[in-house]
Parts: sequence; structure tokens; C-alpha cells
Amino acid sequence: MTAVFIDTPKRLVDVEIDGVAVRVPEGATLLDACRAQGVDTPTLCYLENLTPVNVCRVCVVEVEGSRTLVPACSRKAEPGMKVRTDSERVRTSRKMVLEFLASSADLSLASADVQRWIRSYGADPSRYGDPAPDHEAGARDAARPGEHEATSGSEAETVKQPVKYDNDSYVRDYSRCILCYKCVEACGEDAQNTFAIALAGRGFDARISTEFDVGLPDSACVYCGNCIGVCPTDALMPASEYHMRQNGTWDESRQTVTTTVCPYCGVGCNLDLHVQDNTIVKVTSPLESDVGHGHLCVKGRFGFEFVQNRATEE
Amino acid sequence: MDLRLSATVPATAEEREAVDGVLGPPESRWDGGQRTAADAHVAFGGHAARSRRHLLIPVLHAVQERVGWISPGALDYACERLTVPPAEAYGVASFYAMFRTTPSPRTVVHVCDDVACRANGAEALCEQMSKRFGDTPEGAEAARPGSANGSSANGSSANGSSANGTGVISGVTWQRSPCLGQCDRGSAALLQRAGTDRPRIALAPADPDRIRQALTDGLQPMPEPLVPGAGAAIRSDDNKDGAGGPPAPGGSAAPAPRLLARIGTVDPASLASYRAVGGYEMLRRALALGPQGVLREVRDAKLLGRGGAAFPTAVKWEAVAGNPVRPHYVVCNADESEPGTFKDRVLMEHDPYALVEALTIMGYACGAEQGYIYIRGEYPVAEARLAHAIAEARARGFLGDAVAGGGFSFDIEIRRGAGAYIAGEETALINSLEGKRAEPRNKPPFPATHGLFGKPTAVNNVETLLSVLEILRIGGPAYARIGTENSSGTRLWCLCGHVAAPGLYEHEFGATLREVIDTAGGVRDGRPLRAVLLGGAAGAFVGPDGLDMPLTFEAARAAGVTLGSGVVLVLDDTADVPELLRRITQFFRDESCGQCVPCRVGTVRQEELFARLARGEPRGDVATELKLFDDIVSVTRDASICGLGQTAASAVASAAKLGLIPGAAES
Repeated sequence: MTAVFIDTPKRLVDVEIDGVAVRVPEGATLLDACRAQGVDTPTLCYLENLTPVNVCRVCVVEVEGSRTLVPACSRKAEPGMKVRTDSERVRTSRKMVLEFLASSADLSLASADVQRWIRSYGADPSRYGDPAPDHEAGARDAARPGEHEATSGSEAETVKQPVKYDNDSYVRDYSRCILCYKCVEACGEDAQNTFAIALAGRGFDARISTEFDVGLPDSACVYCGNCIGVCPTDALMPASEYHMRQNGTWDESRQTVTTTVCPYCGVGCNLDLHVQDNTIVKVTSPLESDVGHGHLCVKGRFGFEFVQNRATEE
Repeated sequence: MDLRLSATVPATAEEREAVDGVLGPPESRWDGGQRTAADAHVAFGGHAARSRRHLLIPVLHAVQERVGWISPGALDYACERLTVPPAEAYGVASFYAMFRTTPSPRTVVHVCDDVACRANGAEALCEQMSKRFGDTPEGAEAARPGSANGSSANGSSANGSSANGTGVISGVTWQRSPCLGQCDRGSAALLQRAGTDRPRIALAPADPDRIRQALTDGLQPMPEPLVPGAGAAIRSDDNKDGAGGPPAPGGSAAPAPRLLARIGTVDPASLASYRAVGGYEMLRRALALGPQGVLREVRDAKLLGRGGAAFPTAVKWEAVAGNPVRPHYVVCNADESEPGTFKDRVLMEHDPYALVEALTIMGYACGAEQGYIYIRGEYPVAEARLAHAIAEARARGFLGDAVAGGGFSFDIEIRRGAGAYIAGEETALINSLEGKRAEPRNKPPFPATHGLFGKPTAVNNVETLLSVLEILRIGGPAYARIGTENSSGTRLWCLCGHVAAPGLYEHEFGATLREVIDTAGGVRDGRPLRAVLLGGAAGAFVGPDGLDMPLTFEAARAAGVTLGSGVVLVLDDTADVPELLRRITQFFRDESCGQCVPCRVGTVRQEELFARLARGEPRGDVATELKLFDDIVSVTRDASICGLGQTAASAVASAAKLGLIPGAAES
């Protein structure tokens, strides 16, 4: 990480990562320190443009003197901290977190990094047995806190359920949801300030939900799609992409990405246009954009169809 | 943020009344009232509008108690009044087990089938409940909306029938429940009865006849003997200096208990009675000592927290007292929910003024003007007595602007939990006080700097606070001399399970587990002891050869166990240990908040694993299962956010070590 001083200069903090001395600006997290060192640290619920919620626990590291492992994404570096990122405890915990998630949710569309971590930490979701049959639509939404059906243990419980497709803009495939809280943060305090979705329920039955699981058109959703932008497993997906995947026509190898500026208003958000066969199939925004930090509004994210309303030639 | 409300049916008059009962009438259309001409000329919003978010849970309680469930219309109205997004409010309502977010019978009977009640025939009771009230969750009577079920009828059920169009169903349903904190009284039940003047009734011992009677007989108040009888024996240990207080009932030669000194001897509804035995003298002493003096006494006493984590109380208090950020808050954690624990309930039911006095002293020492008592919703009697005690203390000038005539202002508010074990974790408790889901916060920062509403906050358990009264009475150094070098003072032990005389017993630290069990008459019917579950579901099993362990923090640590919340659950040779382990794993799955992956998924995988072992059908062999379990233990212990996840596997892991898992004796 390169330290860029834009405010008053920050003091530097000396820590030790795997025996190597590292100096980071005060306020930097252990994750910053690890990344500055080039230490590959898995993250799922962390994103540069959101407040760390440290719930996935895949980034945990061992800090000398700490009884438990600590989440690198949110723990601030303190002078003299001695951090181990590859101890047996760390490896076991990371493996288990990945194994737990892979055995309970569909991670097939998660990033290549995630697939690589699953392999390199030796996560083996098959240890828990065959997955239990998918839940019926609405069943997980009806679960009551503090109760669940008795399990025989012969099959591994999952969050699998039918896709929620209740509007033209995007679909919610909660079979892929790992409950990283990112969409809730993007919908609420960290970006859109809309609060259309929140965590509902408790324990393994916790889920992302509107009030009483009403459809998105009845909810406060404004279709900014910032939840899609931050979702690490493609549980949230633009309808355009979903259709193409369903039809088998989605092919990232044939797509190009063009960075441009949104034509709608004067804010000037950066857009990444994903183009396949000379047709825009999806719009995202680069996280590192100084304008919107990866967030967009409904127009920028979904208002691209007019580009493709070509006059049909004679 | 603009509120967008989605309910198709608006709140009924009854629901509005319930909400307004907590919040007062709305002032304008902006917060849910009638539109007036003036509304068009004012702006409403921002921090002021959102500042009452912390009242969300009291509002949800009011609605639940009035109509039996939180309807979309009622939720919308609460959201309008409090400027809370409906999705968030739904997230809160659907987090707590005492709230229902689907149409529900007005009467819900929660029957405890947790570890302690299991020893008192909980399964048999559940079977009888099935026969009388229909099959398990959502019983037959619930399935008949508006049925002419005379037996469940009472004054209020007439308007609770299908007629009102809000989906409210009259009738009764029952469900299994985790520990209700009545473990000394035999099997326990909690009745939620919406729309009545006694919306929550704790019933113990419970049987279908008593439950039926409670539902039909216009509800005679549950007998609450002032002096606990044999069934709820409260006894004390021998006490060397014999200071103060008459002997506790049932105690043989027992000279003077400390924490239990007033139990059964003062009238819990009379401040005069409390003062007659020296009540509020400790507050005077505290005011004379000054805040620093109180802190010094607590520090000298080497008091460690009694809630389970055994953190030095003085360290917490000093950190808050010395913090320049204002205001400070003090909170009493009375959300006792560890299976097998009932000590705080007994203290609050029988000695409520002592808690009020102790919390006042804590507020004085920590520089706080506002204290909260967060009490679990399953304790209606304790809550009512505390509320009465607070009101009386306020009326007599022991709370309010000038406490005890001094220059110090302090008041206490009771907040009721809604059925969530996790809310006993201090940061989860703080979130719950703020009107949120009881999800623990990551630490650091700690509550001492970033607590309630982001301000410095000290949170202590009921027993810890009452110990402070004793510290002030005899002085910190004298208190430190009781017990052992590193475990000072006395401790309450919740004796339950297969023990001859279940109840609350006070011992000085250092008494052995065997002595503690013997004081309660030993194993019931003289049967051989199989094991003791020490510290509750988050504790550890101790085998018969561990009985000579002194019950001190240091000895427990050395033995790799924990004293936890003081549970001593005795199991004789008839105990079905695999089934008990399965119940413990079920408990943690039900009570995990779901925030972090290790606990959310780990508790499920653990339950599945122990279900396989209980059925005798391991995947592969038992050794493979135990290897998998080792990994689950590692990740939950090391990587969970809070104590719930970190200890979710400890009891079962200790059972494995003791060879209590069939087919795994060699491990």
C-alpha cells in the first residue's frame, strides 16, 4: 500500500508481520499492513468503499498476546504488534470458514480469488455430507428466531432456495448468499441511505430481507444496484446478465470493458461498460473511482438500453 | 432517508394505542399523527427524529402484548413514529424469540426443555402438552382460527377472534423453549397472553393442568412465597465471621450469608423493610467515600465479574470513571439466560432494592447519571418488583435529581429483553438497548470507551453489583480476605438437575465442587454421580473424579473448565448424555445471532454431528467425526466474534474429553 498524505501527516506505526518489520500510517488496519507486505490475505466481507463489519472472519490473523484470532480487516495496527498470518491456527480457521461457506452456499460464481483460497487452504465441503434438499420458496423467510426443525445430521443444511425475481432490474439468488452484510451497508449507511434491506431472522436462519419479505417493488428499493456492485458471490445480479446466463449466452471471454463517464448528470461517475457482441450487457463502476467510489444510481447502472435502440436498417 | 412504508393494511386502533402508550401521542403527520396545516411549514427529520430509535423494542413489546404479533401495519406505524426504516425494524422484530411476525394465537405457552428441566421430566411434560394442546409448534388449537375453544377463552378472547380482520387468531399454541431460569422449581413454562392485563406469566413447576388452569381461571397470581419453601431452597454456607443477617431458611447451622442475607427476610415490595435491615446505608457510605473511595474499595476487594467472564470489576469502572467523554452510562446485565442459571432472578425477585441501591452506587462511582437494567423478558415477577422498587426509591429521593439529598443525580430505567441468549453478551446487550438486533460488536473498541450510544459504559451482572454492597459493608480489604488469594468473596451456585435440594447456595470461594453438591443434599435418591455440567451450556462437564476441585477461578482455569455463571447441573447415572449434548448443540444453533460465519454455520455443523452421534450413525467412524469436531472447535473458539461462538463447543468438547461420547471412550 502506498501511503498518500492528504490530511495532516500521520504518525507511522511499526508492526511485525510474520517476523518482518512493517511501517504503516497510524489508523491503518492489519489488512493494510499485510497487503503492504504483499501477504495474500483472503477477504469476503471487506471492501475498500464500505465500513468493515468483520463478520466473515476469513481474514483472521494471530496477534501475539491475544486470546483469540483477530480480524485483520478491522483491527487497527498498534505499535509493537506481532502478527502471524500463516500459523496453524490461522490456516485452520480460514480453511473452516471457507469450508462452512462452501458447504452451505453456492460459491460457484465467487471470484477466482475465492476459488483459489478454497483450494490453497484445503477446504473440503464434502466433509459434512450431501447437501440437504433446497428450501422451498419463502421457507427461510418464514423461519422463526430460536426455533428450527430437528436435524438428523445425515445431510448438510444449506441456504439454497429458488431465485427471487420480482423486478426488471436485478435478481436475488440467496442460494449464493454468504451474509457478508455488504449489500445492507451499500443500501444503507455506506452509500445509498435507502435502507430497503436489512438482516432479518437469527442464527443460520438470518437472511437479507425487506420488511416482511415484501417484493422489491413494494419496498424502499430505488434500484441503484449498489448492492449488486458489492456482492462477492453474484447472489445479486443484473437481470441482463441473469438472462444471458440462463440462456447460456453469457461469455466473459468475449467481453470487453470500456471505462467512460456517465452521460446523465453533472456528477460524472465513472462507468465500466461490459460489452459482448457489440452490446452493453452490464454496467459497473470502478471501486477506485474518486467520484463515486464504485457506487452508481439507477440511471448509470441500468439506464443503458437507449444506446442499443438502434434504428433497424432497411 | 425517506421512509417508505409497505403495509397494505394500516395499523388498527388497538395497535396504535399500544405504540402510543409507549411514545405518547404523535405531534404531527410527520411522526404518524393527523395532518395539520402547520405540517406543511416545518421540516422534521435528522438526528432529533431518529433519537428515539432506542424505544423500538419497548414499542414492539407493547404491540406484541396487545395483539399477539407484530403486523405489517403496526410495524409501519412504529417506524413512522420513530423514523426507523421498516426493513430494519423487521430485522429487529424477527431477531427476538418473544416477538412474532406472523399472525399468531394470542396465547403462546413456552415449555422449557433445556438441560436442567430435562432432569425434571421436560420430555414427559412436552408429550403431555402435545396431547392436551395439539402437536408441537403451532398446535391444533392454533390451526383453528377463531375456534369456539371455550377452554382458552377469557375476557379478552372475544375480540381476539377472527372478526377483526388483522389475522389475529384466538386460541393457544405451545412451543419448546430454552432455559427459562426457573431450574430450582422443576419444570418451567412461560405464558405469553396478549391482550390481557398479565401478558406474561412464569409458571414453575409447570404441568398441563396448571397451565390450563392459568389460562382459564382468570389467572390467580402465581404463588410467590416471601420465604422460599423447600422447593426453592435458598441456603448459605457456613460463614466464618458471622457478620450480619439472620440465618437463611433451610440452612442447617448456617450463620450469615452475604449475598443472600436479605432473601426471605425482607419484603421485596417495601422500601421500609429493606431499610430496616440496613438498606441504603451503603449508598450513604459511598457518598461519604466519594467516587474515588468507592473505586478503591472495589479494587481492594479484587472483585471479579460474576456473569461468566470474570473480568475485574474495578478495571471496568475506573476506565469509565476516568474517561473525559460525557455522558457515562451504567448498565446492569440482568439478561441471565445461561441454561441452568437462576441466581439473578432469585436476587431480583427477593431483594430488588439491593440491586437498585447497588446500581446507584455504580453510577456514582462511574460518573453516570443514567442507569439501565436490562432484564430478560422471561422474568415478569422480577421485572415487576424491580419496577416497583425503582418507583418507590424515586419517590423517596433515592433516585432522581438529588440522590439521598446529595449533589448527585441518577435515575434507572428498566429495559426488557425479548428472548435472545446472545443479548447477555455485553456489546449485544448495548445494541439491544439501542433498539437494534442483539448482534455483538467487535472488540476493541470496548464499551468502557465506546458503549451505549457510543459513550463510555460499564456493564455488570446482578450478582457482581450485589457483591459491591457487601464490599462497602465490610470494606474492600476485608472482602479480599474472604475466599482465596485470586478469587475473593462469596459466590452463588445454582444447584439444579439430579440434586436432592435444588436451589441457590452461597459459598465462599474455595469450597470444593463436592462440598457444594453435598450442601444441596448430594445426588438425588443417592444415585451415583455421572457428571456435573459446571457453568452452563457454555461451561464444561466435570467427571466424578473432578469433585475435589476447589471452585475458584484459578483452579477452574488450571483444570481447563470455567465457573461461568455458577451453574452446577448434577447428572446421575440415568442421564441420557448423548441426548443432553444434542440439546446443548441445538441451543447454540438456536441462539447464535448469525453474524459471523464460524458461529452461524459452525453451530449447525456441530448440531448435525452430534445428532449423528446421538443416533449412533457417525459419518465414517467416530474417530473421523471427532477429527471434524476438533476443526469445528478450533474455528468457533478462535475466530468467532463473541463469547457465544467462542464457547459454543466447549461443553461438548469437554464431554468428549471425559469419554462421555459413546464409541469414543478412547479419545
